Amino acid sequence: MTYLQKSPWIVHYNASSCNGCDIEILAALTPVFDVERFGIINTGNPKHADILLCTGSVNEQNKVPLKNVYDQIPEPKVVIAIGICAATGGIFRECYNVQGGIDKIIPVDVFVPGCAARPESIIDGVVTALGILEQKRAEMLRKGSSAGTKAGEAE
Amino acid sequence: MIEQFQPIIYALVYILVAPVLGGLIAGIDRKVTARMQGRVGPPILQPFYDVGKLFEKENPVVTVTQNFYVLSYLVFMVVSGALFFSGGDLLLVIFAFTLAHIFLVLGAYASYSPYSHVGAERELLQIIAYEPMIILTAVGMYMVTKSFFVSTIAAATVPLVLYLPGVFIGYLIVLTIKLRKSPFDISTSHHAHQEIVKGVTTDFAGPNLGKIEIAHWYENVFLLGVIWLFFAWNPLIAIAAIMVSYFLEILIDNTISRFKWQLMLRSAWIIAGTLGLVNLGVLYYLGMVVVP
Repeated sequence: MTYLQKSPWIVHYNASSCNGCDIEILAALTPVFDVERFGIINTGNPKHADILLCTGSVNEQNKVPLKNVYDQIPEPKVVIAIGICAATGGIFRECYNVQGGIDKIIPVDVFVPGCAARPESIIDGVVTALGILEQKRAEMLRKGSSAGTKAGEAE
Repeated sequence: MIEQFQPIIYALVYILVAPVLGGLIAGIDRKVTARMQGRVGPPILQPFYDVGKLFEKENPVVTVTQNFYVLSYLVFMVVSGALFFSGGDLLLVIFAFTLAHIFLVLGAYASYSPYSHVGAERELLQIIAYEPMIILTAVGMYMVTKSFFVSTIAAATVPLVLYLPGVFIGYLIVLTIKLRKSPFDISTSHHAHQEIVKGVTTDFAGPNLGKIEIAHWYENVFLLGVIWLFFAWNPLIAIAAIMVSYFLEILIDNTISRFKWQLMLRSAWIIAGTLGLVNLGVLYYLGMVVVP
C-alpha cells in the first residue's frame, strides 16, 4: 500500500467528445459525489497528474495533442477511456476522420462503458485504475533496480 | 548554558515541527473549504498523502537547473523560518524570505513553457505587491519595541496589536497573497479553477512539486508566527487570533473571485500606503513609543 492510491490526481482530455461524458466527469467533482473525499483532484496539468481521463472518439485533429498530454504525465500513470466513443469510436466510428477508440493512439488500462458513462461507473473506473497504478509502480521500481544493477555490472 | 543554546533549540524545533503543523493546517483548510462548499472533503491527513505520492513519482525535469532552484527555494524558506523562530533579526528574515521566492521565480523561468513564464511574472508582481507591507510590519514592530529582534518583540509586555491596528489589518490582507488564497491566487492556486494551467508550478512534477509543497508549509507556519508577534503578550489570545485570522482567510478564499493583477497590486499598495503608513505616522507624531 503506497500513497499513490490515496492521492490520485486526474487530468481530463476531451478527444472530440460530445460533452456528455465530460459533464458526467465534472458531476463526479460536485458535492453529490465529491471525489475529493478519496483525494482525487482534477489538476488540469498533465505534469501533476497520475490518471488520464479521456473521452470521445479520437480524430485526425486531436490525436497528436492526446499523445502529447499522455507523454507529459510522469510515470507511473494509467489511462481511463470513458464512454463508448473512447472505447470503439461509438456511433462516430465510420466517419472518415475518426480513429476509433483511444487505444489506437495510446495504451489504455481501463474502459468505462456507457453513453454517457454515469458518474458512479466513472468513479468505479478510477478505483479499478488505482490497483493498476499500484502494479505499474511495482513494475517501475523493479525495472529501475534491475537497470541500476545492469549499469553497475557494465562498469 | 541552556539559554545560550535556546535559539538553536527553537530553530531545530521549527525545522522538525513546522512541516507537520503546516501539513495539518493545509488538511484542515481543505476540510473547512469543502464544508463551506457543501462537500464532505478529504481526510485531514490528505496533504501528507499528496506529498508522499509526489515523492513516489518519477522526476521529469525540463532543465536540470530546476532541481537547484527548487532545492534553494526549500532551503531558504527553512532558513528564514528558522531565523525567525530562533529570535533573529526580522529584517534578515524578510531578506531570506524574499530570496526564497526569487529562487521559485527563477525555477519557473528556467523552463520553456509559456504558462510557467506567465506564472513567474505574476509571482514577481505578487512579491512587489506584498513586500512594502511586510517591511512596514517589521518597522512598526521596531517603533513600538525599539528592536528588530524577534526575541525582543516576542518578549514585549505591551499588546502590539493595539499600537499597530492598521499594520495588522494590512498584514492580514497581504497574508491572503502569501497563502495563495483567492482573490489574490493569481500566480498559482490550490484550486482546480486555475486560468493559467498551474502558473508558477506548471513545469514542476513529482518530487520537485513535493518540495515546493513542503516549502509552502514551512512558509505558512512562519507567516502565522508573525501574527503571534502582534499578540505575543498573551499566548492564548495569540493562538485564538491565529485561528480566527486563518478562518477569515478561508472564508475570503471561498467568497471572493480572483482579481486581475492590476487590482491586486493597486489594492495591496493602497492598503500599505494608507493603513500601514498612517498607522506608523500616528505612532511617530504622538510619541507613543513604549520601551518594554
